[in-house]
Amino acid sequence: MQSESAIGSFLLPWELSWPWVLFCLTLFFLYARGMIVWRRGGRRIGIFRPLAFFVGLGAIYAVTQTRYDHLAQFLFFAHRGQHLVLHHMGPFLVALSAPTAVLASGLPAAVTARWRSSVGVWAGMAAGLRGTYRVLQHPLLAPLLFVWLIYFWLIPAIHFDAMLSARLYQLMNWSMLIDGLLFWWLMLDPRSRDQGALGYGHRITILAIIVPPQIALGAYITFSRDVLFDIYSVCGRAWPLESLTDQQLGGIITWIPAAMMSLLGALVVLRYLLRGAPMTRTIPMHRVGGENAAT
Amino acid sequence: MRRLEPSRGHAGEDCTAGRRRAPTARIAGAVFVILGLALAGCEDPAWRTTDISGVMPELEFELTDENGRTVRAADYRGQVALLFFGFTNCPDVCPVTLANLAKLADDIGAAPDDLRILFVSVDPSRDTLSAIKRYTDNFGPWVIGMTGAPGVLQALTRRYRVTYGYGDEDPSGAYDVSHSSAVFAFDRSGRARLLLRNSDPPESVRADLRRLLAEGA
Repeated sequence: MQSESAIGSFLLPWELSWPWVLFCLTLFFLYARGMIVWRRGGRRIGIFRPLAFFVGLGAIYAVTQTRYDHLAQFLFFAHRGQHLVLHHMGPFLVALSAPTAVLASGLPAAVTARWRSSVGVWAGMAAGLRGTYRVLQHPLLAPLLFVWLIYFWLIPAIHFDAMLSARLYQLMNWSMLIDGLLFWWLMLDPRSRDQGALGYGHRITILAIIVPPQIALGAYITFSRDVLFDIYSVCGRAWPLESLTDQQLGGIITWIPAAMMSLLGALVVLRYLLRGAPMTRTIPMHRVGGENAAT
Repeated sequence: MRRLEPSRGHAGEDCTAGRRRAPTARIAGAVFVILGLALAGCEDPAWRTTDISGVMPELEFELTDENGRTVRAADYRGQVALLFFGFTNCPDVCPVTLANLAKLADDIGAAPDDLRILFVSVDPSRDTLSAIKRYTDNFGPWVIGMTGAPGVLQALTRRYRVTYGYGDEDPSGAYDVSHSSAVFAFDRSGRARLLLRNSDPPESVRADLRRLLAEGA
């Protein structure tokens, strides 16, 4: 009985935040509905892509809207794990599933119709967004932003404020997720260069460039003999754990799995390169081209 | 979802203006730029410890004090209150923090009716009211101990974005407790104003407490 309620309370949010819930639920239902529409239309999705999408989305939900969030607020290493999911693994899996076409099919007809009828408004907004999107996805800016954001939130004074203030905490997590989605979208876009995406060589270069700064930061935290982030002693840890042990674990999470994600990304890009991007065959191109910019 | 009180005072207002989350690339981009400036400009430079005006909610609780009386935050309106979470078996942080605070209170000549140190035990299964009373008596008339049921303590620590947890029991039944090492300072109207850290120099804490006591005295 007790273990049941323990599991139940673990699944409940530590701090209910509607934007996270709505974000995850909307994508979940759109994708599920899109899958049904595809199946009815006789189009094949396969197992791998929905799996990647749902695992990625589920992980994002789990680290923000379950009791895990409590650990992430009160243990440094759990916080690093949360950001690993929000900035690396979750967006990686979502981008890998190339979900736009399925999500677009999942939009209810009423929404699609209204979308078409107010085309002028949307076109104006889309043009504005597309400009920003192009800047953020510039092959020089994207990796810089990706690495800078990791460093920025780990500046000790800023980390202190972000963990103390509920508002900054949300801002920090959203910024990690949005940047993660943008970055891995750029890296794992199944389209080739001829189809308007970034060239495979550039992507592998970018994936390589972001590794050393992440290793340097992770190693610096792991080997630091001083407690760099005192917020966890100030606010108390989820359980008694030595400050330096917590910090070392967090450093290793910042260092090794984060850098491994670049390798995995490069392997995916190599696969696109060698097999002529097989994923593109299952995606209607005219859709992907239009959706990509607005996502 | 935790609701934050709107910021009070000129410094706080600048920090909250224009910061709103929206899942669009445009706003995210703008936020990255603004953020550094906003964070840098957030603290009132006149305070030497951490200014938490507008970041934490006002003082609010209902606990049982060391004399067995039910106490509420309202009982301490009109006084500067320092809130600290700990446990009486604490080997280091708690006695050091309480001794330092009591010494500061003595140094600045604060009357116990003017400056209250609220010691909240987060280990109610071991800390009986009489044990808490024996403990706080060591630190002078400013300190009053209190505790409550686990659910009440959880709600209270959560309100101030802190937590606590218990370690494994050793064969003698002793266990360690992780808890916040911070002291939250509330002004006479019960608004959260300052976060005092162990690493803050005593002069800074002294200056800030003097200033807080001078407000509306």
